[in-house]
Amino acid sequence: MEATLPLLILVLPLLMFLFLGLFGKFMSHKWAGIIGTAGMGVTMILAYYTAYLYFFSGNFVEDGTRVQYIVFNQDWLSLWGNLVIKLGFLLDPISALMLVVITTISFMVHLYSNGYMRDHHGVWETGFQRFYAFLSLFSFSMLGLVVATNIFQMYIFWELVGASSYLLIGFYYTKPSAVSASKKAFIVTRFADLGFLIGILILSFTTGTFDFMSLTSTPLAGVENTYIVDAATATTALETGAGQMFLGGSLMTWALVLIFMGGMGKSAMMPLHIWLPDAMEGPTPVSALIHAATMVVAGVYLVARLFPLFMINDDLGGAALDIVTVVGALTAFYAAVVACTQLDIKRVLAFSTISQIAFMMVSLGVSRPEVHDNLGYMASMFHLFTHAMFKALLFLGAGALIHAVGSNDYTAMHGLRKRMPITHITFLVGCLAIAGIIPFSGFFSKDEILTACFGNSIIAYVWMSMVAGLTAFYMFRLYYLIFWWKEHKVHEGHHAPKDQPWTMTLPLVILAIVATFAGFVPFGDLVTWNGHPHHGGINWMIASISLCVALLAIGLATIMYRKENPLPERMRHLFPNLWTWARNRFYFDELYMFITHKIIFNSICKPIAWFDRHVIDGTMDAFASVTNKASYAIRGLQSGNVQSYVWVYLIGAIVLGGGTVAVIFLFF
Amino acid sequence: MDYSQFLAMKQEIGLLIVFLLVFLYDLFAPRYAVAGTDKKAVKGISMLATVLFAVFTAYGFCCSVTDNAQSVFGGMYSTTPVVATIKNILNIGVLIVLIQSMQWNASEAQATRRAEFYELLFITLFGMYLMISARHFLLFVIGLESASLPLAAMVAFDKNKYESHEAAVKYILTAVFSSAIFMLGLSFVYGLAGSLYFDKIAAAALQDSGLLIVAMAFVMAGIGFKLSLVPFHLWTADVYQGAPTSVTSYLSVISKGATAFAFMVVMVQVFGQFYSDAWEWMLYALIIATITIGNLFAIRQRNMKRFLAFSSVSQAGYIMLGVIGANEMSLAAMMFYILVYIFSNLAAFGVIQAIENKTGLVGMDSYRGLHKTNPRLAFAMMLAMFSLAGIPPFAGFFSKFFIFTGALNQGSVAMYVLVLIALINTIVSLYYYLLVVKAMYIAPEECEIANFKSACSERLALVVTVGGIILLGIVSVVYNSILTMTSSPL
Repeated sequence: MEATLPLLILVLPLLMFLFLGLFGKFMSHKWAGIIGTAGMGVTMILAYYTAYLYFFSGNFVEDGTRVQYIVFNQDWLSLWGNLVIKLGFLLDPISALMLVVITTISFMVHLYSNGYMRDHHGVWETGFQRFYAFLSLFSFSMLGLVVATNIFQMYIFWELVGASSYLLIGFYYTKPSAVSASKKAFIVTRFADLGFLIGILILSFTTGTFDFMSLTSTPLAGVENTYIVDAATATTALETGAGQMFLGGSLMTWALVLIFMGGMGKSAMMPLHIWLPDAMEGPTPVSALIHAATMVVAGVYLVARLFPLFMINDDLGGAALDIVTVVGALTAFYAAVVACTQLDIKRVLAFSTISQIAFMMVSLGVSRPEVHDNLGYMASMFHLFTHAMFKALLFLGAGALIHAVGSNDYTAMHGLRKRMPITHITFLVGCLAIAGIIPFSGFFSKDEILTACFGNSIIAYVWMSMVAGLTAFYMFRLYYLIFWWKEHKVHEGHHAPKDQPWTMTLPLVILAIVATFAGFVPFGDLVTWNGHPHHGGINWMIASISLCVALLAIGLATIMYRKENPLPERMRHLFPNLWTWARNRFYFDELYMFITHKIIFNSICKPIAWFDRHVIDGTMDAFASVTNKASYAIRGLQSGNVQSYVWVYLIGAIVLGGGTVAVIFLFF
Repeated sequence: MDYSQFLAMKQEIGLLIVFLLVFLYDLFAPRYAVAGTDKKAVKGISMLATVLFAVFTAYGFCCSVTDNAQSVFGGMYSTTPVVATIKNILNIGVLIVLIQSMQWNASEAQATRRAEFYELLFITLFGMYLMISARHFLLFVIGLESASLPLAAMVAFDKNKYESHEAAVKYILTAVFSSAIFMLGLSFVYGLAGSLYFDKIAAAALQDSGLLIVAMAFVMAGIGFKLSLVPFHLWTADVYQGAPTSVTSYLSVISKGATAFAFMVVMVQVFGQFYSDAWEWMLYALIIATITIGNLFAIRQRNMKRFLAFSSVSQAGYIMLGVIGANEMSLAAMMFYILVYIFSNLAAFGVIQAIENKTGLVGMDSYRGLHKTNPRLAFAMMLAMFSLAGIPPFAGFFSKFFIFTGALNQGSVAMYVLVLIALINTIVSLYYYLLVVKAMYIAPEECEIANFKSACSERLALVVTVGGIILLGIVSVVYNSILTMTSSPL
């Protein structure tokens, strides 16, 4: 494949960022929006074409196995000997999948923002061009992340993604809550990335490579730049670190767990999830793009990218994959419970996102070769795909509601189904999809995840089914509270809520169609851990059970929330403590506050601050004053007098020669 | 004699042709076209010289890619891909200098001697080419001198300015003196080895002796003068300050870059072949003195041109780290350093020149609050300072990083100490580079420099240099291709 086309996918968003960032303020808002959207549209078409070539042209299938293909891999920084950092473009099932997901959602969000970022009178938000520039920067970073050929490139773009997320969460930088939310997101994910970096260093120091290909794949004989995923390579890589133990785990297990810590931060796994609900302070399209569909699944993608290592580590008795499972399972349940009690529509969706990403993590965690040949891996990627579509749909729908009503609080909404019919129908589709009702897309992916869990252990299966039930419950609670109940009176001078302009409804309709039919994509043929197609079909036993659970949960939600009634209040009094704890997100933020302010600040930061102020600053001050004095003392050398220049020259040359002679012949 | 040997000197001959064309135009073009005040006609000579040189630069790139290593005239002259590349790098710098100087050269004061600037400049560049390619000390001396003497005339270009005269006199006096010392050193070398060919001197396998070491010291002093290594640097500040800014920027980047490379060739091919490693220790001492004393002086300067003079003294010390490393990687690092230094320093000089042309101000204090009146100039200056100081992700960071790595690759403990000293000096240099940024961005006073629109040529040069500062930091192809090239012999 020519390198030009894939390169364009990366370069176009970058150019858009530079163009809109540098010249945005010289153009009208309208044109900035059109240019940004068109640029993303072209990128999307290129990405589709690339993915089409990869999946359907047949050039990338060798003996029925889908290969990994390196389009280009350029030396970027040659540091020392064989320590070279490369930038490249890797095309394999999951990166092609991610190209499609990212560009689709990004394009929808670009289009949608044209409507969202202006008020009812058509007045544009201040900084509209900046917003589009940042969106392009984000798209560029995210695309660079998924096509990385080595873990260091991934880390570079990983941080870029974090930075653009920071910029976009803090887009309303005059609002204190947005500023603190952006800081919180950046600091928490940075903290997790510290673990990621240490993990990368351990892994690459032990194995001697950054390259994914050298870690997990073997080159295909006779074909350039083409590789096949191979467990044997992963085994070799892991065995380089064999025998080295640290705190009860093998070195490689530690490396993988630390790398997973980076993923936990980005993907908001407990206990590093605290930034995601606050990140909802950003504009809603941003939440849809970054904090629902793309960036937050980077952690899942990371584990999937290194999956052969995790899998073999498990074979060798390491705990890395089990840790993924446990963290995922706990997070899924926790977030689902919290989501049942939140008032802010975006926060419900945020916790739902955490819970769904945890589903994907669990699915990777339970994936084993002996269970339907790593069905979990494929199910996880499938769910990533469908979730991106329906969650972006839900967020954009929520954005339309917020835009129409002017508040995030859904007690201010109620009964909107007649006033906003398109939003209503598309939102309902999103809810049905996430609840896992046949034939919507979530049903298929969730069914496969549950099948994978069932094959692994019955506990995992029951636990995750329960979470799936909770999901259906809180989503329909949200749905009824927004669209049913009795409508609020429209006050005089206020606009009655109505469907939004076409730039906003069109993405909703498109995404709703995708969310409905995405389940019929023959995913097993396209994306599997090693490129062999997987033909499982639907496990009807599990499917019907999970369908029953979902319907029961929806039924319960219908009884409790279809009309205003005292049932929820009674339920709440039945479990008063649980309700309060869940409403307050189990006091995680307070716990962090306590740990950082009371313990870390007092016992670690204060001594360090003292050391910094007195020892380090003191050294630097002394250094500076010595430099200053020396500089003052020798200023006479530069007399401006040419005779003295020549004298200094001559004496310098003689001392240089004579001094060296003296040293050599007198002392040696 | 086999005249086809001249074909190896493609770049020198090309440059001569450019020189001759400019010279002929100057001779035969109607006087008003060169000397007059008609604006269009005034630009003619500048455009001609610049465009011709641009074509020549492009040609240089084409032929350096294809040509193999050649040694002609009995081994006096040699060219290799590496040598051709360093000449190309210099060409890029000269081209930027030419674009920058257009505006100044169009001024009234230049009326009678517009073309002379280009002629003198091309001749010195020719001398530098010879110096780089010379493999015999005679040719080397010819190159060195023809790169030195016309420069004195260029320094004195502002005929009506007292400082310009003073600078030229100081320059020519110290230059002559240093040439004398250099020749004395060479005569010792000839006496010891019986030849002036680099390879024959090396083959003589001289033993350590007092005379040899003194000879080496004198040769180093002679070349070190042009590089302004401490203690042979004292002329630098006065000359940089007095000379017209275009000449200063030419002196500080092109002359320095070319000499640094030639110095490296002499050190590695001649002195490095002796049994003694005394040259390394002498260079070691020179580097420490150069970096440290250059920095200490730079701290106190309030005149931008003097300030950059001392900054360039200390930068020369960093370039010498590439010589002392004496391996492929440090050679590549040195060439990359020169390239980056050209872009960073020329960006700084471009801003200084734009402001000087408009307002005549060169004091650091008059730059206060510049970002309010001329934000783009202030931004370019800031990037130049960041790059010179070595702040990532700008090119200067990577060039420093590579040159340190190259020196460390040599592996001895002494080298670690040297790099440590260089690193500490980087911190000192950060202080004074940031002084400029502080003056432009933080100091609260009203700016003396009103907002103005700089000339098209000046803006073009700034865009190119700033682009270079950013791109050389991010795009890796340049350094990597230099690195592959240097793995073949010089």
